[in-house]
Amino acid sequence: MKISNQWLLEWVDHGLTPGELGHRLTMAGLELDSIQPAAPDFSGVVVGLVRQVAPHPDANKLQVCQVDDGSGAPVQVVCGAPNVAEGMHVPFARVGAVLPGDFRIRNARLRGVESFGMLCSAKELGLAESSGGLMPLPADLPPGTDVREALGLDDLVLEVDLTPNRADCLSMAGVAREVAALTDRPLRVSGIAPVSAVVDDRVPVSIEAAADCPVYAGRVVRGVDPGAETPLWMRERLRRAGIRSLGPLVDVTNYVMLELGQPMHAFDLARLDGGIVVRRARDNENLVLLDGQEITLTGADLVIADDNKVLALAGIMGGEASGVGQDTRDVFLESAHFTPMAIAGRAREHGLHTDSSHRFERGVDPALPTQALQRVTELLCGIAGGEPGPVVEATGAAPREAAPIMLRAARIARVLGTGIDETEVTRLLSALGCHVEPMAGAWRVTPPGFRFDLAIEADLIEEVARVHGYDRLPATVPPLSPKLGRMDEARVPMARLRHLMADLGYQEAVTYSFVDPEWERLFAPDHRPLALANPISSELAVMRSSLWPGLVRALRHNLNRQQERVRLFETGLRFVSQDNELKQESMISSVACGPLLPLQWGERARDLDFFDLKGDLENLLGFADGEVHFQASVHHPALHPGQSAAVSLNGVPCGWIGALHPELLDRLDLDRAVFVMELSLEVITRGSVPKFSEQSRFPAIRRDLAIVVDADCPAERVLSCVRDLGIPSLRELVVFDVYTGQGVPVGRKSLALGLILQELSRTLRDEEVDEVIEGIIRRLEQDVGATLRA
Amino acid sequence: MEELQNLIGEALEAIDRAADTQALDALRVRYLGKKGLLTEQLKGLGKLPAEQRPAAGQAINRAKQQVNDALATRLEALASAERRQRLAGESVDVTLPGRRQAVGGLHPVTRTIERITDLLGRLGFQVAEGPEVEDDYHNFEALNIPAHHPARAMHDTFYFDGGLLLRTHTSPVQIRVMESGEPPFRVIAPGRVYRCDSDLTHSPMFHQVEGLLVDEDVTFAHLRGVLDAFLQAFFEQTDLKTRFRPSYFPFTEPSAEVDIQCVHCGGDGCRVCSHTGWLEVMGCGMVHPNVFAHVGIDSERYTGLAFGLGVERMAMLRYGVNDLRLFFENDIRFLRQFA
Repeated sequence: MKISNQWLLEWVDHGLTPGELGHRLTMAGLELDSIQPAAPDFSGVVVGLVRQVAPHPDANKLQVCQVDDGSGAPVQVVCGAPNVAEGMHVPFARVGAVLPGDFRIRNARLRGVESFGMLCSAKELGLAESSGGLMPLPADLPPGTDVREALGLDDLVLEVDLTPNRADCLSMAGVAREVAALTDRPLRVSGIAPVSAVVDDRVPVSIEAAADCPVYAGRVVRGVDPGAETPLWMRERLRRAGIRSLGPLVDVTNYVMLELGQPMHAFDLARLDGGIVVRRARDNENLVLLDGQEITLTGADLVIADDNKVLALAGIMGGEASGVGQDTRDVFLESAHFTPMAIAGRAREHGLHTDSSHRFERGVDPALPTQALQRVTELLCGIAGGEPGPVVEATGAAPREAAPIMLRAARIARVLGTGIDETEVTRLLSALGCHVEPMAGAWRVTPPGFRFDLAIEADLIEEVARVHGYDRLPATVPPLSPKLGRMDEARVPMARLRHLMADLGYQEAVTYSFVDPEWERLFAPDHRPLALANPISSELAVMRSSLWPGLVRALRHNLNRQQERVRLFETGLRFVSQDNELKQESMISSVACGPLLPLQWGERARDLDFFDLKGDLENLLGFADGEVHFQASVHHPALHPGQSAAVSLNGVPCGWIGALHPELLDRLDLDRAVFVMELSLEVITRGSVPKFSEQSRFPAIRRDLAIVVDADCPAERVLSCVRDLGIPSLRELVVFDVYTGQGVPVGRKSLALGLILQELSRTLRDEEVDEVIEGIIRRLEQDVGATLRA
Repeated sequence: MEELQNLIGEALEAIDRAADTQALDALRVRYLGKKGLLTEQLKGLGKLPAEQRPAAGQAINRAKQQVNDALATRLEALASAERRQRLAGESVDVTLPGRRQAVGGLHPVTRTIERITDLLGRLGFQVAEGPEVEDDYHNFEALNIPAHHPARAMHDTFYFDGGLLLRTHTSPVQIRVMESGEPPFRVIAPGRVYRCDSDLTHSPMFHQVEGLLVDEDVTFAHLRGVLDAFLQAFFEQTDLKTRFRPSYFPFTEPSAEVDIQCVHCGGDGCRVCSHTGWLEVMGCGMVHPNVFAHVGIDSERYTGLAFGLGVERMAMLRYGVNDLRLFFENDIRFLRQFA
């Protein structure tokens, strides 16, 4: 909403500088966006009367004018404007004038003819984006009058961002009421005099959609002058409000909308067939709008129709066929109240947003239509003549009646944390237009019809707080809660895992939850992803079923920027459809490639491999409680079949680890091995509360075993074979070497096992240990065909 | 006697010349060993007349002591020289970099969320979570935003077929928390939110932190108190000025937007604050009675405060990041700055 300060001052003498006014509005919830001058700086421009126009002796397109600038002697000015004419009043920049852009006017000689100044267009004065010629000024302005003064250009325009609840401030009347309440200054309301009918023409109006249209007022005006022009003062006010002048018929309706807040429409009477009907559209009815766009309507649309056709999309935009034009002489003016429910969402449905729909969907005062109709008739007849007919008013369902609200002083104090002076409460609510009846410790408040946002006590408390000033309310820190919430110690905090990943060398990434469907398909060909109905782009169109596509894309982004060594991780939801149900699962994922260690002098450089990643994953799983299992026999379509595993914890599948499938790497233009993992946070953050166990104080004995097994025998089989013996004194069991080559038969491999044995209450004897080891060897021979390495 | 003196002189000279501990050991054997020259002298005492024996014995013992002392001194000197030499050979170039894995780091958004949840945690707010694919009821309806409400236009919602949507704010977590228990509530909900909007200053996905405090005597003064304290702590500026401006959110009443004094120019006006001296950082208000009605909480008995802030916005202000899009490019050169 753009507010001309000059115009506002006619309504309320607020006594503030524009800057102060902007601050008050901001602090009352009408956020100031900008303060702009109504016109750019210029000086030395006066009203000039063109007395004489003669052709330039040496130039076709130039004219030599004699201009009366009020100084007595006519001034000679060479002018190239196509519309210059004798008797015209125009802005005249005298020699020495400075136009916007610091353009100084000097004496000039144009093709041999002297010129003392310049006749100006609106554009040259910074009052329009473009101009077709000189700016005509009203003939009643005496030559020599300063143009800034004549047009009231030393004005500032405050642009205010209104929240959707404050439709009442979408007019000068509304803003003025607000400012009067904020500054405690009187509001000057100029009464609107009814304009009596001169002719008896009337268009019958019937309301079929009664609930959507409580009031429809209309009247005929015959014989308006198609050549009339909108007066400058009105054009200026429209311009400062950001509305283009389109001729008096349209301008007056826009002006009254700005002044009072009532959107209106003018129909060309000649194009109406019979009466006006306010009704819901029939499915598939068509309408060509004023902007030339053709739309197809449905029963959800409210329309204005005549006996034969749809004329307008009610409260949103008029139709092309029934609109006023250059030759319109007889008009039918519409001033109606459409309910917010009838208009809300309809404009957006058709891709429209107009000044009218903006107001109606937020709520317009249902008492306005007839007043506004009188006002617009008065303005129109004053500008373009014409003979008004009687006001025809049809009513639908009774408009929303504002119910009285009880406002309790104690409740104000309870919500705001402080009481507000009771006379102040009465004053400010009254100033906002409410009917206020003070009672003991309370008020009975009936909000005005234009405040659609005041319905319950809380709404009134906000009004009180807002106008009183939030900055005058106290601030205190609330007492701490007397109860301590539950702190689940067995649950591993997600932050702990993130920090671990960071400490393991991974950089955390945040990638979009929606991904390219093509990528999603490459990573999860068997899953049907959840697709957005209105994606922002085709590359961000489906919800990810894994964090890998986003992470791999980020990895590629970095590889393409000369980063050799990239390790990223992310936590977030994946979206998986399973049995017609959407699962949103919290995951931790990582992706890594390149050298294991940053470039350095002390270590042999090598690329990271499966076991480096597996070590990181084992560290992550170290917080969880239970047995981790890696299964190689199931395959993930995105992973290398020989270097990947499904991970489970206590038999619950919890994720995957592996190298990306070489074919996938090709598809993604990646030229090196990439390792990924993904784990369910729900599963792996289930840890346990630590439980103390006694440590032995007796010496431990270490024995190493070098055994030879088949090359394809998984190490895990060997280890669990030993573990399954359930040897009570076995403290630790590790694989510390894997060897194939000389000394080991082809098709076999050697595993070196380290065993640490210890008893809690005594020292183990060598013979006992020998016995245990022999038992282990026997079992390994039987179960996994192990032989002792020579 | 003279022979003894010669022997001592010879021994001391030899000890002094000994080049290493091995040579020194040989000298100890030569003079003090079982068959050492001084030991032999003692054995020769018997040949002396009895009255001379004590004096001669004492002289020999003094000589032995003297040689022994000289050996020890020399040994210490040689050992220390050898140690010095060995240490000199073992020294490393301490200016060479250490051998290590590089440490990674957290994303600035996470870092900021952790800071926010840590600070508000000290005021008793516990973290709550909710789904990102939401239903219309939790994202809008229960928050007092019915269908066709103009406020929906401000949300630019992503939809799925069948009525589900991507949450446009973290506020639905308020509803889920209140549905699942009894007051009092004191929670914060950090997380991803989505709006169908993408340009220089809008990302289709970003992060918010929602806060909710519901109890019997929660007031607007508490709202101001909590947020003032939080913002001052977050920006580590005890005198940070804040400003609560009336605003509109369908789910709070009264509602406010919170501005802080520009952290870039200190309130003098600059490009960052569009020359206003203020930066808008969050929205807040008192829980709307209609919202309480949706979750079955008696708004006569309980009042509540709620707030929501944009994490990227806070991170940009705190760390001086000048482009929102950097948060989602995941360029490690950018990310490393926040490790």
